[in-house]
This record gives sequence, structure tokens and C-alpha cells, in this order.
Amino acid sequence: MTMGNREIVVLMGTCGKSAGADRVYDKFASALKAKSIAGVELKQSGCAGLCYSEVNVRTFRDGKEYLYAQITEDDVEKFIDSEIIENKTYMEKILFEADPVDDTALFPKQKRIVLRNCGKITPTSVDDYIAKDGYKAILKALTMPPEKVVQEIKDSGLRGRGGAGFPTGLKWELTRKNPAPEGRYFICNADEGDPGAFMDRSVLEGDPHSVIEGMLIGAYAIGANHGYIYVRAEYPLAVKHCLKAIEDAKARGFLGENIMGSGFSFDLKTKEGAGAFVCGEETALIASIEGKRGMPSLRPPYPAEKGVFGKSTVINNVETLANIPWIILNGGSKYSETGYEKSRGTKVFALAGKIKKGGLVEVPMGTTLREVIYDIGGGMAEPEYKFKAVQLGGPSGGCIPERLLDLPVDYESLVKTGAIMGSGGMVIMDERSCMVDLARYFLNFTQNESCGKCTFCRLGTKRMLEILERICKGQGTMDDLTLLQEIAKKCSTSSLCALGGSAPNPVLTTLKYFYDEYVEHIVNKRCPAKYCKKLLTYTINDKCIGCTACARKCPVKAISGEKKTRHFIDQQKCIKCGACVATCKFNAIDTE
Amino acid sequence: MEPENTITDDIHQTLPALYQSFGKRHDSLIPILQGIQNKLKYIPKEAISIIANELSMYESDIYGVITFYTQFRLSPVGQHIIKVCKGTACHVGGAETVGEAVSEMLQISKNETSRGNKFTLEYVACLGCCSLAPVMMIDDKVYAHLTKEKIKKILEEY
Repeated sequence: MTMGNREIVVLMGTCGKSAGADRVYDKFASALKAKSIAGVELKQSGCAGLCYSEVNVRTFRDGKEYLYAQITEDDVEKFIDSEIIENKTYMEKILFEADPVDDTALFPKQKRIVLRNCGKITPTSVDDYIAKDGYKAILKALTMPPEKVVQEIKDSGLRGRGGAGFPTGLKWELTRKNPAPEGRYFICNADEGDPGAFMDRSVLEGDPHSVIEGMLIGAYAIGANHGYIYVRAEYPLAVKHCLKAIEDAKARGFLGENIMGSGFSFDLKTKEGAGAFVCGEETALIASIEGKRGMPSLRPPYPAEKGVFGKSTVINNVETLANIPWIILNGGSKYSETGYEKSRGTKVFALAGKIKKGGLVEVPMGTTLREVIYDIGGGMAEPEYKFKAVQLGGPSGGCIPERLLDLPVDYESLVKTGAIMGSGGMVIMDERSCMVDLARYFLNFTQNESCGKCTFCRLGTKRMLEILERICKGQGTMDDLTLLQEIAKKCSTSSLCALGGSAPNPVLTTLKYFYDEYVEHIVNKRCPAKYCKKLLTYTINDKCIGCTACARKCPVKAISGEKKTRHFIDQQKCIKCGACVATCKFNAIDTE
Repeated sequence: MEPENTITDDIHQTLPALYQSFGKRHDSLIPILQGIQNKLKYIPKEAISIIANELSMYESDIYGVITFYTQFRLSPVGQHIIKVCKGTACHVGGAETVGEAVSEMLQISKNETSRGNKFTLEYVACLGCCSLAPVMMIDDKVYAHLTKEKIKKILEEY
């Protein structure tokens, strides 16, 4: 049978695929064939940011959009029967029914500019992008003088979304002003290394053309003829979609020589990162593009003056660039209508950790953290455990406690707390997370990723890590806290780049907001979150049925008892490894 | 044929296409090394001297680049590479247990290869699938919401 003009869209970002989107897609293909249904177009799209409800499937009927959640292979047949054959909503898995033009019903409290096409278009189809006003902005920009394009971005108030928040229009203007007889470069920084942030991956996977178009507009504005997208190799799907998008854009005349007969040429390539967090820093990124070890160098000279291969260069982040086409089409002043004080427009946040609705959200600047976490994110994943802190900005950021949740998200307010906006990763933690351990975790990360050029970053992070490890084992002293603060201060003032400069932030913010927890570890040798294994006392309760599993697992034979009777742990022998807890199937081991 | 010769042959067979795509230039060093590693799964010592010679670079500089970036390996790996994510969300979600479980099941620790040359265990900073934490990647496939039981089943699939 032929069902005119129906579409079934399976959302297949990396997150969707790992939830089984590939299998769902294949099942749809075979089921449509088996039922001999023609006229239904089966499409793939990127991630809509609703990662908690993967696999998502989208369809349209009678002018309305239907978004389904948690679709498995077993749903496919029933879905087709209901949606396609009977024209009825498949009630079991419906998430939203909404007006396809108006996103506000689908995403309350959000405003989607960067994510406008994510989960809607097929990222590997340039036609899909063009149908959503794609490449209209570059055509418009090409009719404007480059100064006017720069002015438009300045008017928008857009600031770099990679972390530092430098005004984008100003960056372009400063670069333009530098004489560049040998030409300029325009680079997209897609080396999203902050653990906890994944918006750049989603945008590159789900809407790569918007980033390319943003780059084209920027390149035209500053007069660059060469560009690179520096993308992490850990994101294979993003790399693949970028390469395909570049190829398609070239074939349509949007990239290459004499673009659309304008006389402007732009050649774009990708460079894959090789797994070094520090390469997100612009001078390190430049060294890496040049084929060297990704070590940062002293600024000035700024890349605007001396960048890739010594030439004047602009480096913008993925999210920043995805805003650009929208600004050119709708006007800078329209963009700046949204926002809060000096932070204009929207910001994408990646919600993860102990939150109910993890995924990507895009909110107007100035939305409070509480609104993001509770109203949009749905609050805690397991409501019986209380909210403890939200970690913002990854290894350069900090932990914000409950009492500061009414802060608006904007660059300045967040810096005041000791955290930073960073790239927008938000990891939500409940009372089971230990703040000392978290500081230790981040220091372990920065210590590993430090390139080793500056002494305080190379050695200071190592020393701070050692202190934190000591505290987590119950071997810390109160003097350690003073020492931590001292090293932290020196590390942040004596490092060349932001990695070392901000590496102490996780330590400083946890000391500031969770000082008591440090003291508990040091003085009372207790971990209030019951996380630090070495500080726990393990005992066996009366749920024990005497199965002997723990006794067999214990590496130091500290557990004894007769078969089928309650067992006991010899505290003198116990090395607090936690193996018994992991082995016990009866919840018979208490920790205190 | 001696095994050493085979590796050198492999390198010589792989390089021309890489030079063609990326150019025989210093700034192409990283893509060239990535190309070699994609093909051979690691960068053999022999490759360093061949590339140094052909790009007119010092071997020490190339070695410096290889050891700087975590992606590159200097020793052979198993058939499949397991990358356990150590990102923040995974850490909060219990990544330590995931790593321990894989280590225990395969009897290997970080950067080691299991018996029968099947799996190599690596840790990565973040795979960017934070709302599916804890996760791991085997070759190019990401596995989400891991538990001990799930890991066991996944490993059995290979």
C-alpha cells in the first residue's frame, strides 16, 4: 500500500546509536518492506538533545509533529500499525505532540538557535540543510561589505562559547585590522575535550553545514581563504559528517574557488586531533595543526597577528559558529534581544550525572541554574538522594552548591562563584558524590593533561593531586589545606595557558563551599558521602545468609563464618577494598 | 619472509597514499601518523625512521609528537580496542567499576592486551556520551549505561 508523504525519522547521533538506533532503523526498513508499505520515507537525523529518552523517533501527521521516546526493535511493528496504517498516535511511547514550527511546546523554557536543526534534518543531506534556509546567510553576507558583516556580529553581542567568552565580533575586527599580505586562516575549534560537555559533538554530527556556513561568513568577514576544522578523533561520527558536508558544500559551489560568483574563495579541510586536552587552547591548537607537539605559547602575539604558519588567524568554537548564520539572517539586534547583561543570546548546556533528563538544552542567557536543572532537566535522577552540587565548566570549572542555584547563567555571574561557564558541561551530583574525591578526579585529569611546559602546572598539579589522594585515604592533615591553597594560587598565576591557570578551580571551589567535608576526612577520618573506600568501615548485617561468596572474594581472608550462618569481618585484617560489597547479592554489607 | 620485513613492507605500502592525501610536509606529520596507526593499529619503530627520512625531520621530533598525543601507541594491540571513558559524568556514574570489571573479566590492566590477542584495554578522557554514563567504546561502537552484567554480555559478543 502507498502512504503518501509520510516520514519516519530515527534520531541517530552517537548517543542514539549506542542506545540501539541502528537496530531500530534497520528494523523499520525491513518491517516497511515486509508490510509492502511504499511512500513512507525512512530518514536518519542527529540528536535532538533528549539523550535520556533515546532511541527517539519523529514523525509528522496532519500538520503536527510526534516525537517518540525509548523506541526499541519490539516497538517497530506496533508503531507502523498505529502511526502509519491507522493514522493514530502510538500511545505507549509518545513523548510529545507538538506544532512542528514552534519548538517552545517541545522544549519549554528553551530557545533553540544553535540546535535549531539538530534532530530535524538529515545531517548528511545538504538539501535538507538548504530547505531550512541553509546557505542563505552566506549568500546574504556576500552582498554585504565585510565590515558590515563584522558590525552585525558585534551588534549581536555574541561571545565565544568555548569558555573564555571573548566577544566574537571584536575578535574578527581585530584580525581584520592586522595587515596580512600572506593571507589569513579561519579555524573552527572542535576539540571538545572538557569531560562532561558534548554539545559540539552533537552539532557537528547533527548539523555540520551550519558550522561550515558560520565559518564561511567569518572567513569572508576577515578575508581568509583557508580554513581548518580541528576535530577530536574520539568523535568518529562527527569527523565523518564533517567530511561529507565539506564534500557536498564543494559540489554545490559553497566552498572552493569563486563562491557563488562572488570572487570570494574559501578552501576548507579537517584536521583530526590526536587526544590532547591542551589542544583546545588556541596556541596549542595552532602548534598541533602545524604538526608539532601541542604546547601553548606566550601571547602576544595573538593568533589574530601570528597564528597558523605565522599567519593572521581567527579561531572560533563550534557552538559560536553555529550561531553566525542565524545572526546574519535575523540581524544582530534581534539576537541581542535575548540574554542577560553582558551575555547575549543563548547557551547550550550538556546535562549529565545524577539528573533525570540528561541531554542537551539551549536556554537564553540569564536562565537560572535551578530552572535548567529542575524545570528542564527534571531534577534528580533518584529523588530519594538529595542534590549536592553541580560541576560547571569541566576541569577548569568548579562545583556550585545548592544555595547558589538561583544564579543566572551568564559569564560574569559564574566567574564570581569561582566556577566558569566553560564550554557548558553540567554534571549534577547527589549526596553520594564526595567533593574531595571530585577535586582529586579533576586534578588527576589536569595533571595527566598538563603539557609540562610551565613548572607550576607540571609539578603543582602533581603535588596537589598527592595531597588530595592523601586526604581521600584519611592520611591528610589540616596543614595540607593551607598548602593546597598556596599551590593553587601559584599554579593559577604562574601558568602560561588556561589549563594551568584554571586547574586549581575544582580544588578552590570545593574548599570554598565544602570545607567541612575536607575537615571530616582529615579530622574524623570519615567520608560523609561514603565514597572514599579507605575511610569506610565494613560490617556484615543480619541479611547475611552465609553464602560465603564474600569470604571467597576477600583478598586478605578477613571474612569468616560457617556456611549458612552470618559472617563477620575482622577489622584488623580488612584493607577496605570494597570487594565484599561488590560481591554480596543480599545487601548484607553495611558501610559507615 | 621475516616478520620485520613484513612490517616495513606494510609501512611502505601505506605511506604513498597518505603523502598523496596530506602532502609530504611537516604539518602533515600527525595525519600521516594517524594513517599509519589506522592501518597497523600502532606505530612501529620502523615507521619513525622511514617517515623521518622522507619528511627530512629528526626521529626524536617525531617520537616527541607520538608520545605527546595519547592517541598514538608504540606497541601492537589486540584485535579490538576497548576504551573505557573516564569523563566526569562516567566517574560520577561509576566508571571505576567499569574499568575494574573489564580488567577482571579479561585479566588485563590499562594498556595491556588480553590472551589470544583479542582485546586491548585503554582509558580515554571523555567520549562525549555523558548522559549515557558510564560508557565504553569498542572499536568505533559506544556502549551505554554499563553494568557488570552488561559488560560481560558485550564482551561475549566479540
